[in-house]
Amino acid sequence: MTASQIIFYILAVFILSTAVLSVTTRKIFRSAIWLLFSLIGIAGLYFFLQVEFIAAVQIIVYAGGIVVLLIFSIFLTQQSGKEMAKAPIVRTIASLLTVVFGFALTWLLIWQHGFQKINKDFDWSVSAIGTRMMGTGKGGFALPFEAMSMLLLAAMIGCIVIAIKTPSPSTKKDKPNTTT
Amino acid sequence: MERTGGGGMIPLSHLLFVSTALFFIGMYGLFTRRNMITMLMSIELLLNSVNINFVVFNKYLYPEKLDGIFFTIFIIAIAAAEAAVAIAIIINLYRSHQSIDVNDAEDMKY
Repeated sequence: MTASQIIFYILAVFILSTAVLSVTTRKIFRSAIWLLFSLIGIAGLYFFLQVEFIAAVQIIVYAGGIVVLLIFSIFLTQQSGKEMAKAPIVRTIASLLTVVFGFALTWLLIWQHGFQKINKDFDWSVSAIGTRMMGTGKGGFALPFEAMSMLLLAAMIGCIVIAIKTPSPSTKKDKPNTTT
Repeated sequence: MERTGGGGMIPLSHLLFVSTALFFIGMYGLFTRRNMITMLMSIELLLNSVNINFVVFNKYLYPEKLDGIFFTIFIIAIAAAEAAVAIAIIINLYRSHQSIDVNDAEDMKY
């Protein structure tokens, strides 16, 4: 067992245990923080696989963007420190069974397929990725890139439209508080 | 550039074990949680496991191509857009219902 393998197994245990804690803890803020740890662990896995660009994007977008957004929305909508309601025991057992059997089936398929590693080096530099992304020729990704920019624009406009306060008379409806 | 190690000794199936386990952990969260923000977190876990799969397949099986890397980049962009829109919807729902529990949002069905 080399040091590289030991690092990989430590990373794997870290990612999976923090992910389990993230979906099982009953305090929502802790859940977000465990998710942050899991995402950072995945970025570490990308660094381990030497795809540094994806690792950097993972840290910037997920840890820097999405988790901060989630924490903001938790602060806006949740009383901090309040525990979430426990799921009914039937649902917990049913979903546990579904997940365990689904995992067993998928893992069996992967195990029986037995992927063969190609003995070639994966050494793409970041500049090669950038050239490919803007390329219009064979293997270029300019069209999906443009489609993605349209999607981001649409998402931005959609967020503004959803979040804008409409000065309609229905804002003073005085709905009864339905929280339990 | 000389690149040694870097997961070279790790079998592909062990990396796929991590991504598969992560996928089903996220699925468990999606099934058991009823709070919309935590469900969104579970969806992020699912998307991340798919990202790991794309990167690992690209690196191990098709090292002369870059398609998996680009799919990962686009999935991350879509996940960011999706999280932004979903959080806008959730906060709007909180303004009208004072709750972000999916059971309390049931009356939107009719």
